[in-house]
Amino acid sequence: MRDVAIIATAQSKHVRAASTLNEVELIQPVIHEAIEQSGIGRHDFDFTCSGSSDYLAGQPFSFVMTLDAVAAWPPIAESHVEMDGAWALYEAWVKIQTGQADTALVYSYGKSSPGDLPRVLSRMMDPYYEAPLWPTSIDFAALQARVAIADGVTSEAQMAEIANRSRNAAASNPFAQLTSSPEVADLLSSEYLAEPLRKHDCAPITDGGVAVILAAGDKAREHCTRPAWIRGIDHRADGHHINFRNLCVAPSIGIAAEKAGVGMGPVEVAELHACFTHQEPIIKAALGLDESTVVNPSGGPLAANPMMAAGLIRLVEVANRIHSGEVSRGVAHATGGHALQHNLVAVLEGEG
Amino acid sequence: MSDSAPIELPEGLWSQPAVDTSAVDSITDVESVQLITTPAKFVYDYTPGVARTRFLRAIEQKRLVGQRCPETQKVYIPPAGVSPVSGLPTLEEVELGLDGTVVSYCIVNLDFTGNAQEIPYVSALILVDGSDIPIYGLVREIAPEDVHFGLRLKSVWVEPEEMTTSFENIKWWAPNGEPDVPKSELADYV
Repeated sequence: MRDVAIIATAQSKHVRAASTLNEVELIQPVIHEAIEQSGIGRHDFDFTCSGSSDYLAGQPFSFVMTLDAVAAWPPIAESHVEMDGAWALYEAWVKIQTGQADTALVYSYGKSSPGDLPRVLSRMMDPYYEAPLWPTSIDFAALQARVAIADGVTSEAQMAEIANRSRNAAASNPFAQLTSSPEVADLLSSEYLAEPLRKHDCAPITDGGVAVILAAGDKAREHCTRPAWIRGIDHRADGHHINFRNLCVAPSIGIAAEKAGVGMGPVEVAELHACFTHQEPIIKAALGLDESTVVNPSGGPLAANPMMAAGLIRLVEVANRIHSGEVSRGVAHATGGHALQHNLVAVLEGEG
Repeated sequence: MSDSAPIELPEGLWSQPAVDTSAVDSITDVESVQLITTPAKFVYDYTPGVARTRFLRAIEQKRLVGQRCPETQKVYIPPAGVSPVSGLPTLEEVELGLDGTVVSYCIVNLDFTGNAQEIPYVSALILVDGSDIPIYGLVREIAPEDVHFGLRLKSVWVEPEEMTTSFENIKWWAPNGEPDVPKSELADYV
């Protein structure tokens, strides 16, 4: 295996609605900030991979328009996933492993504000049995929360504590959308959105993007004083129909964690792609984390949840803490689909 | 980086094999479902963005504006806000002419538009004066067989009271009577 590291990162300031910008105007400054930080020329990347979804902004081939931001002429080696950018990073990592590239630019973005996001996400389900019923992302999450509470995995009080802790933690995150929280008791006295979920249990709807530069071996050391090495990365999927699954557990996270080597050392920090409060204990259990791990110091998706970017941002938040020397080993988790169906786990480490 | 060997394409990649229906052929006690319809409709609030907003506001005033790439100095119309060649923001706005030059064209003999256009009609790529990338437009007021490379055109606009923030403000393009632009001057655009 080749040593591959995250050497530079950038994010947008995440907002509810970036209503003056089109998608390329939203992501171009983010891409260029990461490129400048890396010190690699913008025409010099061996591979470029992005993640986005046409459904969010209602723009067919929206990723083609945002390619304007990556100087794609003369023609470049380029790919796109209709998935969170964490999977674009995975594809770039594989490309580097094959020896076809030494450097890669990875970015992803989501502009959810033009549409009705919970209903748009219902289009992920199968077109015969589920999509015609228009189940929203919040409906599915509430079904999962209900069984998680019934099974003793979590409680409404714990969920409120997670919401409060996450959004207060985001006070130190300059990119976050929500940076404070009412007291837990006040959260618990608020009305249900989809019982047992209250508004505070749900991630906000966000417009934003993220960019990452990957480099292999000495190239990474040349361009970064303390690269965040990807020591393990794996992704697995559970069944598509949520009624086939025990929603209290996430076996795909457990397998990905084992393959990525989460348990091979201490986990100082974990950034988890939990878009609903009740999912945090489910993910923590599947990763085998204990109370010694700091979870979502950035505030996590509860503080800013740009679709297609929030998973890649988890890797970025861990990488940033390794770059700064704050931690030496951390875990990032990204998810796709409803109720933690498809999951990616990465272990990042600093040297020395 | 290692050199990659040429990939050999598998046999039959472009052929469509017969569909195996044996699994459903065994269902004999119910009539098979041939088709289901799952209607889905979404309404989006489209955001043109800063660059397109400036373009659409200009076209409302019978003006055409482009934006210049800071690296290549090429002027793009309609602007998207970013140069596709350099990847940099195109911050300098450039006022363009209302005339242009044919750099490619085709004579359409099929009714694609549901009688919206009388056939045959001419679609052209038109290099607006002052820009470096041609835009698409309809050419009229000339016999289709007389349209050619380098033909000079003027834009023909809707009445002032019909002007909106839409590219449809230009009804079509028509010869402006000026001499042709020599092909050599259009080498970068054809």
